Amino acid sequence: MFKKILIPIDLNHVDTLEKAVSTGVYLAKADNIPIVFTAVASTVPGSLAHTPDEFRAKLDAYAASQAAKHGVPASGHAAFAHDPVAELEDALLKAIDETGADLVVMATHAPKLTDYFWPSNGGRIASHADVSVFLVR
Amino acid sequence: MSEETTTQGIPGPEGAANVIDTDYEIGQDNIETSVGPFNLDIHNPVFLVSGLSIVAFVFLTLAFQNEVGPVFDAMRKWLTSNLDWFFIISGNVFVLVCLVLIVTPLGSVRIGGKDADPDYTYFGWFAMLFAAGMGIGLMFFGVLEPVYHMAFSEPIGVPSPFDADGNLIEENVAAAKAVGMAATIFHWGLHPWAIYAVVALALALFTFNKGLPLTMRSVFYPIFGERTWGWPGHIVDILAVFATLFGLATSLGFGAQQANAGLEFVFGIPVSNAAQVVLIIGITLVALISVLRGLDGGVKVLSEINMLIAALLLVFVITAGPTAELVSGFVSNLGAYASNVIPLSIPFGREDDGFRQGWTSFYWAWWISWSPFVGMFIARVSRGRTVREFVICVLIIPTIVSVIWMTAFGGTAIEQVLTGPDSQVHQYVIASYSPELSLFGMLADLPFASITSFIAIILVIVFFVTSSDSGSLVIDTITAGGKVDAPVSQRVFWCTFEGLVAIALLLGGGLGALQAMAVSTGFPFTIVLLLACYAIFKGLRDEPR
Repeated sequence: MFKKILIPIDLNHVDTLEKAVSTGVYLAKADNIPIVFTAVASTVPGSLAHTPDEFRAKLDAYAASQAAKHGVPASGHAAFAHDPVAELEDALLKAIDETGADLVVMATHAPKLTDYFWPSNGGRIASHADVSVFLVR
Repeated sequence: MSEETTTQGIPGPEGAANVIDTDYEIGQDNIETSVGPFNLDIHNPVFLVSGLSIVAFVFLTLAFQNEVGPVFDAMRKWLTSNLDWFFIISGNVFVLVCLVLIVTPLGSVRIGGKDADPDYTYFGWFAMLFAAGMGIGLMFFGVLEPVYHMAFSEPIGVPSPFDADGNLIEENVAAAKAVGMAATIFHWGLHPWAIYAVVALALALFTFNKGLPLTMRSVFYPIFGERTWGWPGHIVDILAVFATLFGLATSLGFGAQQANAGLEFVFGIPVSNAAQVVLIIGITLVALISVLRGLDGGVKVLSEINMLIAALLLVFVITAGPTAELVSGFVSNLGAYASNVIPLSIPFGREDDGFRQGWTSFYWAWWISWSPFVGMFIARVSRGRTVREFVICVLIIPTIVSVIWMTAFGGTAIEQVLTGPDSQVHQYVIASYSPELSLFGMLADLPFASITSFIAIILVIVFFVTSSDSGSLVIDTITAGGKVDAPVSQRVFWCTFEGLVAIALLLGGGLGALQAMAVSTGFPFTIVLLLACYAIFKGLRDEPR
C-alpha cells in the first residue's frame, strides 16, 4: 500500500518512542517496505553531537540498530534547521519531501518528551503534509 | 564564495575542521524538568544564579534608588574617565587584529569546516547583523552626534564654529564640519564593528570548528582548559547574561521614552508612563511572536523588513536633503575619517576630555558590554563564511553604511543648523538640548514630515523588537549551557522578563543607574575580549586552510 515509511525521532529521548517505532515496524513488515528515521538538529554543537557529521553518524547508527533488531531495512536522514525548536515542522515537511516517504508514523504527546514533539507538531504535520500521517499516542 | 542558501539550512559536507577533544558533553550540567505545562532545560547554575540575581538587583535598585544610582554613576564615570586610555587602546587592538586577519593566510579558514556552505544569503545575514548591532543607535544618534560634535565637542582641539554668543565664525566652519563628521563616524565605524567581530569570530570558531557549546565560556577553552566547564566559565556566562539583559532592558526603557517623545511630536500623544508601558508591552509582544516563529521565520524576516524601511528613509533624506552636498560629502567625510582616525584613537596628549571620556570611552565601554549579545548572535548566523569574508563583511561594509547614514542624516542636519538658526535641529541640539527629538527635528524641516516622522517611529520600534528577540535567543542559549534547542517556553520567559525589568525600571526609576552598571561591565569584558584575541589566533592556527 505504501512505499516508504518516515519515522521522526528525537535522539535525546529514544526510550519514549518505542510505541511509534513498533507501529512503524509493524506497517513496514506488512508491506515489506523500508523505514527512514529522521531527526532534526541545529548546526550549532548540541548535547548529541559536536558537528553535523557526528549527528548523521549517530542517527545512522540508531537506524542500523533498529534494522538489526526488527529485521526491516532502515536508514537515517538527518535534517538541520537554524532554529530546530521553532522550525521543526518545516524541517520535517522538507524531510518528507527529500526522502520520498509516503507514510509518516509519528509519536505525539508521549510522556516526558520535550518540546520536540508537542502534540501540535504531530497535528501540524498531519494537516500540512501531503502524504499519510499516522499519529501514535 | 557561495550565495546559496536553504531556508532549512541543510548543510553540505562539513569537511576538515579541528574539533577540540573534550570530555565535556554539552548539556551535561543541565537540569531538565517541567513546571506545570512548561518544560525546562536549563544550565545549572548559570540560569539560577543569573535569573535570581537579576531579580534581586532590580528590587535593590528600586528600593534604594537614591543610594544606588549615584554609586553606579560614579563607577561608570570613574571607569570611563580614568581608564579612557585602556578602552581606547583596546579598541585599537581589536581593529588591528581584524585587519591582520584579513591580510594573513589565517583569513582563509572557513567557519564551520573547510566545506561548509553559508547558512544565509548576504542580504539576510547582513540585515541581521546590522539590526542586532546598531540599528537603533543610528536612529538616535544619526542627527545628534554630527551636530553636537561640530558645535560643542571640539574633538582633538578643532574649535567650534560658534562663538560664545552663538554667532557663526565663518573660517571655523569647514574644519569643524569635517571633524564633527569624522568623530561621529569614528564612534560608529571600524572600532565598534571590530569589537563585535572579535567576539563573534571567537565564538563562531570555537562553536562551529571546535565543537564547543555556543556560549561565551567556550572562547576561554585555550586558556582555562577543562576548568572552562567549572566556575571560571560559569562566571563568564553569568556576566554575559547580566550585560545582555541589563543592556537590553535599559535600551528598551530609553527606547520607549524616545518613541513616546516622537509620538508626542508627531501626533500630540502626551509623554506619560502609561504610554511608555504600553509601548514596552507592545514591543515585547511582537518580540515574543518573533522568537516563537524562530530565527528564520521571525528574527530574520523582521531584520530584513527593517533594513528595507531604513533604506527607504535613507534614500528619502538624501533626495529631500541637500543631495549634491551629501553625495560629495560622502567622499569628503570618508576622507575626514581616514585622516582623523589615528589622532582620534590616540588617547594621550589631548585636551578634549569631555569628548574623549564622555563620548569615545563611554561608547567603547558600551559597545563592549553589548558585545556578548551581538557577538553571540552574529556568530550563530555566520557559519559557512571564511574568516576573511566574515571580517570584511562585519567590519568594512557596516563601516561604509555608517558613513553613508551619518553623511545623509548628519550632513542634512548640519546644513540646516548652519543655514538656519531657527531650524528645529538647532533648537533641539544647540539651543535646548533634547536629544530624543533631534531626528524628528531634522525630518520636520524636510517635506512630508508627518509621514517620514511616523516611519521613523515605526523604525525605532521595530529596531527594538529585533534587539529584544535576538537578545532573548542569546540569553536563552547561554542559560541553557549552549543548547539552541531548549524548550520554547524558556525564550518566552526571557523575553517577558526583559520587558518586565524594563517596565519596573521605567516606573520605579533607575534606568540610568542600571545603564551605568551595564556600561561598567564593559571593563571586565574588555579584558575578556583581549584574551579572546589570543584565543582566536591560537584557535585559527591549527585549523585547515
